[in-house]
Amino acid sequence: MSIQEIQEEIIDEFSMFDDWMQRYEYMIELGKSLPLIDPQYKIDENSIKGCQSKVWVHAALTADKLVFTADSDAIITKGIIAILVRVFSGQHPKDIIEADTVFIDEIGLKEHLSPTRANGLVSMIKQLKMYAIAYQTQVSQ
Amino acid sequence: MQKEIVMFDVHKIREDFPILQREVNGKPLVYFDNAATSQTPQVVIDAIVNYYSTYNANIHRGVHTLSQEATDAYEIARQKVQAHFNAQHAHEIILTAGTTHSINIVASGFTSLLSSGDEIIVSALEHHSNIVPWQMLCERTGAVLKVIPMDEEGTLVLDTYEALLSEKTKLVFVNHVSNALGTINPIETIITQAHAVGAAVLIDGAQSCPHIKPDVQALDADFYVASAHKLCGPTGVGVLYGKEEWLHKLPPYQGGGEMIDQVTFEKTTYAGLPHKFEAGTPNICGGIAFGAALDYMNAIGFESIAAYEHELLTYATQQLLQIEGLKIYGTSAHKTAVISFNIDNIHPYDVGTIVDKLGIAVRTGHHCAQPIMDFYKIPGTIRASFSFYNTKEEIDALVTALQKAKMMLS
Repeated sequence: MSIQEIQEEIIDEFSMFDDWMQRYEYMIELGKSLPLIDPQYKIDENSIKGCQSKVWVHAALTADKLVFTADSDAIITKGIIAILVRVFSGQHPKDIIEADTVFIDEIGLKEHLSPTRANGLVSMIKQLKMYAIAYQTQVSQ
Repeated sequence: MQKEIVMFDVHKIREDFPILQREVNGKPLVYFDNAATSQTPQVVIDAIVNYYSTYNANIHRGVHTLSQEATDAYEIARQKVQAHFNAQHAHEIILTAGTTHSINIVASGFTSLLSSGDEIIVSALEHHSNIVPWQMLCERTGAVLKVIPMDEEGTLVLDTYEALLSEKTKLVFVNHVSNALGTINPIETIITQAHAVGAAVLIDGAQSCPHIKPDVQALDADFYVASAHKLCGPTGVGVLYGKEEWLHKLPPYQGGGEMIDQVTFEKTTYAGLPHKFEAGTPNICGGIAFGAALDYMNAIGFESIAAYEHELLTYATQQLLQIEGLKIYGTSAHKTAVISFNIDNIHPYDVGTIVDKLGIAVRTGHHCAQPIMDFYKIPGTIRASFSFYNTKEEIDALVTALQKAKMMLS
C-alpha cells in the first residue's frame, strides 16, 4: 500500500469514533502493535528531542525500503508513534520525504493534543523524514 | 495580641477571577497548576488596563504630568513590596523581570567577590534556575559547588549541611519551598548557621510567597527573591530584596539608562540604589500591577490563605491516597499545598493528557528539578498545586478524572 492509501485507511478507522475517549483508547490499542525497537538501539542517539516522554526510533534499509522500529515509555505516545510507523515503514525514502501527513488533522490528533505533545508529534515526523533523507543516498535510483 | 484568622467564602473569592468561569474541553476548568503560575484577579487586570488607558508614560525623568503620575504609582508599588516583605528600606527592593532574573543579578555580581577554592552551597531541592546560575558562577570563579542532600521524605538533611559549612563557604542558596515537592525548608536555621561562618544567604521565595508572607528582617536573609506571577500578579515582574550593604557591594548587572549618575566617555558613575540594578525602562505597568496583587492578597490575609490551603492539602492527600497504586513524593510534615505523585508505573504524561481532556490542569514532568527525579529514580511526577481559590469539589473532580485515566491506561 502507498503512504496515501495507508493514511486513508487510518482516517477511515478513526471516523468510527464519536468522542475523544474512544479515539485515545484506540490509539493506546494501536501502540500495542508497534514493531518494537531492538534494545541495543534504545540509546540516546536514537531518542527524539521535544517530547515530554521518551521516544526511540531506529531505521534500517531493506530492499530499498525503510523499516522503522520504535518505542516510548508513555503509552499514548507509543500509540502515536505506532500510527506514524504504520504510515511510513516499508516505504521508499523518497516517498517518505515527499509525504504530506494530512491524516494528523483528519483524525483529530493535532487539535486534541496539547501544544507540547503536538511539538512532540512534529519532532517525530521530522525525525522519520530525517532518516529517509539520510538513507536516500544509499538507495538505487 | 494574636491576630484572628478570618475564614473566607471561597465561592465569593472565585468571582474575583474571570478565568475560573471558563470551560476547557467542554468541562469547567479545574486549575491545579498554581505552582507554575497563579491566576489573575479582576483588580489586577483593572490596574493593568487603567495604567495603559490613563497614565502610560516613561518614569523617573519626565517633567510632564503623566510621567509624574506613572513614577509615583511605580514607586508606591515598590513601597508596597517593601512593606509586604518587611524590608528596612524601599531602596533594598529591586524590581526585576522575575525570580530567575533576580538570581542572575546576584550570581553575576558575586563573580568579582569570589576566588578559586571558595565554596558555595545549594540544596538538592532546587529548581534548575537556582542551580544553573551558580554552576556558571563556579565556572567563572573556580569556586566549588556543594549540595545539601535530601531524604526520602523530601526533607533536607541538616546534619550534612552543618558539616559542609566552613570558613571557605561564601554563599548558600536554598529555596524557601521546593517547587517539585512543596517541602518548606527550615530557612531560619540554614541562615543562622551560614551566618555563623560568615556566608551570605539567598532564599528563593518563588514557591513560598503564594502561601507565606516572609519577613526578611526577622529571617535575617541577605537576599530574598520572588516572582509576581505566582502571587496573582502579571508575568515579567519580580523582586530582588537585598540587604543594603550587600547591594552596595555587588556591581551593576546591566549597563544602560536609569542606572547611571554621570556619564562621560572617560568615566561613568553609577546611580544609587535601587536604580543601579534597574537599567533601562522597567516593566512599569507590571510593577504597578504587582503592587495591586499584593494589596489583593493582603486584604484576604496570608493567615487565612495558609489555613484554607492547609485544609485543601489535607483533604486532597486523603482523597488521592484512596486511589490504589498512587504514591506521593514529598511527604514532609512541613509543606505547602502541593502534591507530587504517580499512579503505579503509568507515565505522568499519559495521566496529564487524559485529565486535561476532562478540564483539569495539572503539571507533568520533572518540574525543572531533574536532580529530585533522579533521586526517586522516576521520569517525573504529576503535580497538583492548590491555591486559595480552589475547592474541595475540584479535588473530587481530580480524583474522578484520575480514576478514569487509570482505567484507560492500565
